Amino acid sequence: MTAPLLGMHGIGKRFGATQALDDVSFQLGAGRVMALIGENGAGKSTLMKVLSGACPADRGQMEVAGRPYRPTGPHSARDAGIAMIYQELNLAPDLSVEDNIMLGQEHQRQGILLRSRQRPRVLEALARLGHPELHPETPVRQLSVGARQLVEIARALIQQASVIVFDEPTSSLASQDVTRLFEVISRLRDDGIGIVYISHFLEEVRTLCDDYTVLRDGQVAGTGSLQGTSEADIISMMVGRSVDELFPTVPHSPGDALLDLSGLCGRAIPRDIDLTLHQGEILGVAGLVGAGRTELLRCLFGLDPIASGTVCIGGITRTPAPRTMINAGLSFVSEDRKDEGLAQQRSIADNITYSRLKPYGRLGWLNLRRRSQAVSECMQQLEIKAVSGQQSVWELSGGNQQKVALARALHQNAQVLLLDEPTRGIDVGTKAEVYRLIGEQAADGKGVLFVSSYAPELLAVCDRVAVLARGRLQEVRPASEWTEESLLNCATGSTTAGSSTSMIETTRPSR
Amino acid sequence: MTNGRKRITKLLWSLGPLLGLVVVVLVFGLIEYKVAGDENRPARFFTLESAQAVLSYTSLVGVAALGMTLIIIAGGIDLSAGTAIALTATVTAWFYREGFAYTETWRADSPLLGTVTLSLVAILGGMITGCLCGFINGGLISLLRLVPFIVTLGTMTAFQGIGRTIAGDTPVRAFGKVPDAVLSLQQPYPDPEWLVVSPGVWIMLILGCLVALMLRYTVFGRHVYAIGSNEATARLCGINVVRTRIWVYTLAGLFVGVAGLYQFTVLAGEGDPASGLGLELQVIAAVVIGGGSLNGGRGSILGTISGACIMGVIQHGSVLIGVADRYQDILIGMIIIAAVTLDQFRVRLQSS
Repeated sequence: MTAPLLGMHGIGKRFGATQALDDVSFQLGAGRVMALIGENGAGKSTLMKVLSGACPADRGQMEVAGRPYRPTGPHSARDAGIAMIYQELNLAPDLSVEDNIMLGQEHQRQGILLRSRQRPRVLEALARLGHPELHPETPVRQLSVGARQLVEIARALIQQASVIVFDEPTSSLASQDVTRLFEVISRLRDDGIGIVYISHFLEEVRTLCDDYTVLRDGQVAGTGSLQGTSEADIISMMVGRSVDELFPTVPHSPGDALLDLSGLCGRAIPRDIDLTLHQGEILGVAGLVGAGRTELLRCLFGLDPIASGTVCIGGITRTPAPRTMINAGLSFVSEDRKDEGLAQQRSIADNITYSRLKPYGRLGWLNLRRRSQAVSECMQQLEIKAVSGQQSVWELSGGNQQKVALARALHQNAQVLLLDEPTRGIDVGTKAEVYRLIGEQAADGKGVLFVSSYAPELLAVCDRVAVLARGRLQEVRPASEWTEESLLNCATGSTTAGSSTSMIETTRPSR
Repeated sequence: MTNGRKRITKLLWSLGPLLGLVVVVLVFGLIEYKVAGDENRPARFFTLESAQAVLSYTSLVGVAALGMTLIIIAGGIDLSAGTAIALTATVTAWFYREGFAYTETWRADSPLLGTVTLSLVAILGGMITGCLCGFINGGLISLLRLVPFIVTLGTMTAFQGIGRTIAGDTPVRAFGKVPDAVLSLQQPYPDPEWLVVSPGVWIMLILGCLVALMLRYTVFGRHVYAIGSNEATARLCGINVVRTRIWVYTLAGLFVGVAGLYQFTVLAGEGDPASGLGLELQVIAAVVIGGGSLNGGRGSILGTISGACIMGVIQHGSVLIGVADRYQDILIGMIIIAAVTLDQFRVRLQSS
């Protein structure tokens, strides 16, 4: 390893009574990919805020390429050659790819934009990422999440960043896009750029990264080279105890048909879906982004219009509309907690009870005391960590927010749970709790439709897995008959098995 | 921070606009006291008459702002409130003017019954007009899926046009045709003295309490906050967003109708379709000073009424001190910006 590109020494940061960071030190070499691992609340985000200049550290020093680095704001990070790729992308959707890449560093002469000058640089950056097919004039709004991420990376290249930080970059990507992203990151590494890679997915970390730093409760729990470090070691560093089960399961057995879709078509996707979900069954739905998984759930819940086909619940055909479906016992947990799933400014109590206020109302007036009792019970059952049910949802961590979204489904006493990426962006510990909860629901005789981009969890948690591609149902098989590779092949519709090997190491646990 | 302390901080912030009102009252009161002393006259700000005048002046904006609070909490805006107030006043005046001749014989038989019927028809006519205005706004926003700003910008002009169509070239005058009981609605110094403040103020306070209770304790109230806070979530939870929104605007229209009646009595029985322009901005300002967020999801009745009173106190106090109109405008403008800045500061403080 050459002289470190980025060094952090004894960083400390306190928010009120909580010590968010305590004496955190690590080093990142040029041409290395370092994984920054830790559960939610371990201090990863704070550390990155300190690095990006968004919030000053109380103690400690940083240096970039041997020179002391004291950020006073986001511009300092840019000047020092540090670029951040956040989980929620920072792009102006109405501007083109080129305008987004060049935003804030446009080529200009006396305020006049010199497009002819910047175009070659944009093309060069895109080529350097290995994606010359992205057209500079396409509005970003039209791009997939994966492609938008490439635009952000290209922006970092234009800024001549020597350190790029990726914050959970794959949490919203389908496996094909993940493969593409990994290729891009490998290229950047070969170019001598130092990369900090924040992730919850240990398999990814093992595939991609050279070094690791584990944070726990604001302190470094371990750091070193990934070679010779086992996954179990890392997990025990993260949680401070050994996790024997990443995917806890609850015994359950499928019964009668509960939800029956026949010939369901949305406006564009999905096309002609025939699918049956049984009582006490967890049915996984796999596919690439844009394959129509989310759209399938939205159509059958009545959030998106359906063009044709029928939805049958417990033998009764229903016309999908959210209220009808809720009354029929369906509940939908959105993949997008921030913009759709939860009313962020409202309280936990409001968010849990919005879909079922009836038990607390008489002639439209609410009995708030009775409601807050019920909410406390829900919060206890799901172990939601909050001051009280009156706390606003935005003050909670991602994992606790997801629990609130799930609590709504339980509070509604839904018979069919439509879960869209229920474990996205939450830490390993909370994920295990969610899997257990899903298992408990199935054991209780409920049906779960579980959409996920994360193959290992589908294979471990589900009874059967259905694969969608281009809006059509490809195949439904018991989970035991799928492998990650065959899932991916089926989702990409590739005929030659093995041509697109999974980048994700298979870590299918035994039940 | 401990749980209890956090609760107290939260409570203090929610009382913010009210505290602001106290500060404004104290500042103007003390300045006026000083000015009065210099001019060798008795101080007039800290008097009952002064409070009566401010409250009765404020209640017109205040009552309309109750509806605007609902709209803003639900993530909307209503620019047509001002002209709709004028329109309802015009309609009420028109009913009085046209109905007076119709009830001639009736009133001869029984003066009381005839006058009451005439007033009921006229006042209800105004209220229904207000509700219709709101219904049209809510309906257009939902059906055409347009931004509330644009829809109400359009109806703002349209309502004035409708009012002028009804009125003809001159304002509708119903002088001498309106019973004193109605005209004294906004009389700052009420006739039975035990009322203390004008009946209009009492109506505003009662309506305010009802709306506040409704927001907190009814399913409808929760739904209003839900659609303003995050419409997608509301839809996902099975809340009928279209119906809720139309109800919000219609209900706000009712308050516009009440404000229109106030306007009618303030003009001593005249309905002038042009009298409401600009009023909507005062109404919106009251909500915003009171902590309402134009992004939706936030706002309170106590805040809104405090906000309306703050503007009333500034206007009244300025007159007593002898500050020119133009400086009042500057002051109110600055208060609006200060209120919102303070509110953002609060949000930042709570999130860190």
